[in-house]
Amino acid sequence: MIDFINAIVLLLNYIFIPAITYGSQLALGALGITFIYGILRFANFSHGEFMSFGTMSCIMVTWFFQSNNINLGYFPTALLALPFAILSTIALSLLFNKFVFNYYRIQRSAPVVIAMASIGVMFVINAIIRIVIGPNDIKFFDGQKFIIKAKHFKNLTGLNEGLALKSTQVLTVFITVLLLIFVFWFLQKTKTGKSMRAFSDNEDLALLSGINPSKVVFITWLIVGTLACVAGTLYGLDKGYKPFTYLGLVLPIFAAAIVGGIGNPIGAVVGGYTIAFSEIMITYAYKKFFKYLLPESLEPTGMIQLLSTDYKFAVSFTILTIVLLVRPSGIFKGRTL
Amino acid sequence: MIKSNRLEILSILIMSLLLLFVGFLQSWSLSFSILNMCIISAIMSMGINMQWGYAGIFNVGIMGFTALGGLAAVLVSHAPITEAWSAGGLGIMISFLILVLISLIVYWINRKLKTNKKKYWVITLVIIIGLIIVKLIYHPSVLAIEAVNPTLTGFLGGMGLPIIFSWIVGGFFAAAVAFAIGKITLGLRSDYLAIATLGISEIIIAVLKSEEWLSRGVKNVVGLKRPVPYEIDLQQTEWFILAVQYLNQSYLLDIIDKLEYEKVLNQLVINSSIIFVKICYAILFSIVLLIILYLANKAQISPWGRMMRAIRDNETSANAMGKDVVKRHLQIFVIGSGVVGIAGAMLITLDSLFTPVSFQPLRYTFLIWIMVIVGGSGNNLGAILGGFIIWFTWIEAAPAAQFVINILTSGLEDTNSFKIHLLNSIPYFRYLFMGTILLLIMRYRPKGIIPEKIRYS
Repeated sequence: MIDFINAIVLLLNYIFIPAITYGSQLALGALGITFIYGILRFANFSHGEFMSFGTMSCIMVTWFFQSNNINLGYFPTALLALPFAILSTIALSLLFNKFVFNYYRIQRSAPVVIAMASIGVMFVINAIIRIVIGPNDIKFFDGQKFIIKAKHFKNLTGLNEGLALKSTQVLTVFITVLLLIFVFWFLQKTKTGKSMRAFSDNEDLALLSGINPSKVVFITWLIVGTLACVAGTLYGLDKGYKPFTYLGLVLPIFAAAIVGGIGNPIGAVVGGYTIAFSEIMITYAYKKFFKYLLPESLEPTGMIQLLSTDYKFAVSFTILTIVLLVRPSGIFKGRTL
Repeated sequence: MIKSNRLEILSILIMSLLLLFVGFLQSWSLSFSILNMCIISAIMSMGINMQWGYAGIFNVGIMGFTALGGLAAVLVSHAPITEAWSAGGLGIMISFLILVLISLIVYWINRKLKTNKKKYWVITLVIIIGLIIVKLIYHPSVLAIEAVNPTLTGFLGGMGLPIIFSWIVGGFFAAAVAFAIGKITLGLRSDYLAIATLGISEIIIAVLKSEEWLSRGVKNVVGLKRPVPYEIDLQQTEWFILAVQYLNQSYLLDIIDKLEYEKVLNQLVINSSIIFVKICYAILFSIVLLIILYLANKAQISPWGRMMRAIRDNETSANAMGKDVVKRHLQIFVIGSGVVGIAGAMLITLDSLFTPVSFQPLRYTFLIWIMVIVGGSGNNLGAILGGFIIWFTWIEAAPAAQFVINILTSGLEDTNSFKIHLLNSIPYFRYLFMGTILLLIMRYRPKGIIPEKIRYS
């Protein structure tokens, strides 16, 4: 019996908690992609860089607060800096909307053309980030690191396996849930949210009903900027800020959005968790887990790892391909908000 | 017609002038390095231009196809390692055969149980069982191969053929993988295809990084053989020294002192040997470039090219005219990726080392896209010009940024932290240039510098 509990704790510690954290980050990112796709109708390759920019501004403001001895004690200072970072990310996205994306929207260019323009935007933001803050790793987490330490947990329960719960993980899930509730409430209950859904469903009909397209686009960028900044900051808090990783995040995020059904917010969230769980479950080595569960004679000799962690990308890609082949519109039917 | 011809000639002239400028102002060695990379970039952008400009396929997996070409360079030219082959070659071959068998079975099941609901479960079962069998054979042989002299080799090696063959093999490698990807994804919408190709390119790089028995992974393969002479050998060849002497006659005659003469001549020989090697490369690359350009142009004005344009401009009506859109897309996807593979093999030939870690999507995928868009999609000469201009800017952006920053901050002291910060971030200004160029061209000259010529014939 104790072995069984040990095995469960092991899975919780190494699969469930990391996956739910990573999944929340992906979900927020995928939600941003889905919003852009639903309203502005293009695949935004620069989304990863928007996330990175948000994180960078958060770091800068955090540094400013830290140098002035302002902190939140138990919580990371970054939380205090987050509103400012969100504002700057929104400002950046509105800037790019004004000078780049708006032109193509009014021209009604093909989605691929706008996606191409987003590659240009990606390069520009990439350069700004590297010029401002440099390409190096930055850890900007402060405050209490653990809520439950592995050692304490062991002492408390007398189990072999420790369960560590980082405060960033709890924060990530908490903030994600808050944001998701807000976004869905906004889309379902407010008039602006309804007009956005109408715009996403049928642009011409929405225009005929007197919905102001530039207002809808403005709101979209507000939401996307917020989501990108929060997702990036949470990811950076959790894993440390490395500018180049955000380009790599684009792939799992897109995979999440498409798997869930691109253009569908619920799909984006479900897709995020799907990708995160499968990535971590498939690359985890189950040797210890089986050691607890199986009798000694049956103990595995190998690592029982389905794929090495180098092939993380392969997991999200494989799921993506399977979903595209079996159910091309995603788990939930995509295309509208 | 005449006007656009003038534009082409003008652009080519400006490009040559720029390269000459670099030669005179910086160094001839640098100028030829840039030229070589320009040619390779031009070939890559021609490959992508075929996909995008002819057929409108949005392929963001260029990095993967380039790397496959590079792998071909390693597998063709590296000497075979017989010890490793005897240690685990058989196991690898058997696992490969089983993999092929699994794919065939899956293909067969897919055909046979077309409408059956349980189809996917059966396929999953077959794949899982197959993979477990493969893993049982594959894992020990990999360990055996990687244990053979791990500091120097630790992989299967190649075939020991001249590296120039790898250019063709690289093309075929990339084309084969493109065929597999295209079969699965080309029926999809264009943005899905983009994400799929982005994913596959990351997977190819991951495989090259971690499968050490194949490509040595992160340990890199160095010292690949060259198709051109080595500098050291040239410096001891009589005819080369005589040629250098002859070319620098007027300059050398002024030197009277014998010792001084020897010294200057020696330096000249070393410098010229470096440049000579680069010229050799440039000639080889230009031949490939011209052949591909000729074929591409031929294809574009042929009925086949017109059909491609028809499909690109209106898929539905082309379909209605009885053209098999998916099949044609697959065709052009395979051809274009093959061309990128050729360029990838050439790239590794030029560097004579293979480093999977150096493959970054910004540099190997998105930069090539900028070349295509800037040069002019749908126009082969435009694609070449785009390759030249963008690569030139990519290299010369750093010195240019340094120059500008030095002027702008000339009022500040050298110890000023802002100035130091700016000077440290010079390498990143090239991304800024690239992004801005792309955005400006897309906005104000959406057809590129040399627009597509449409012949109504």
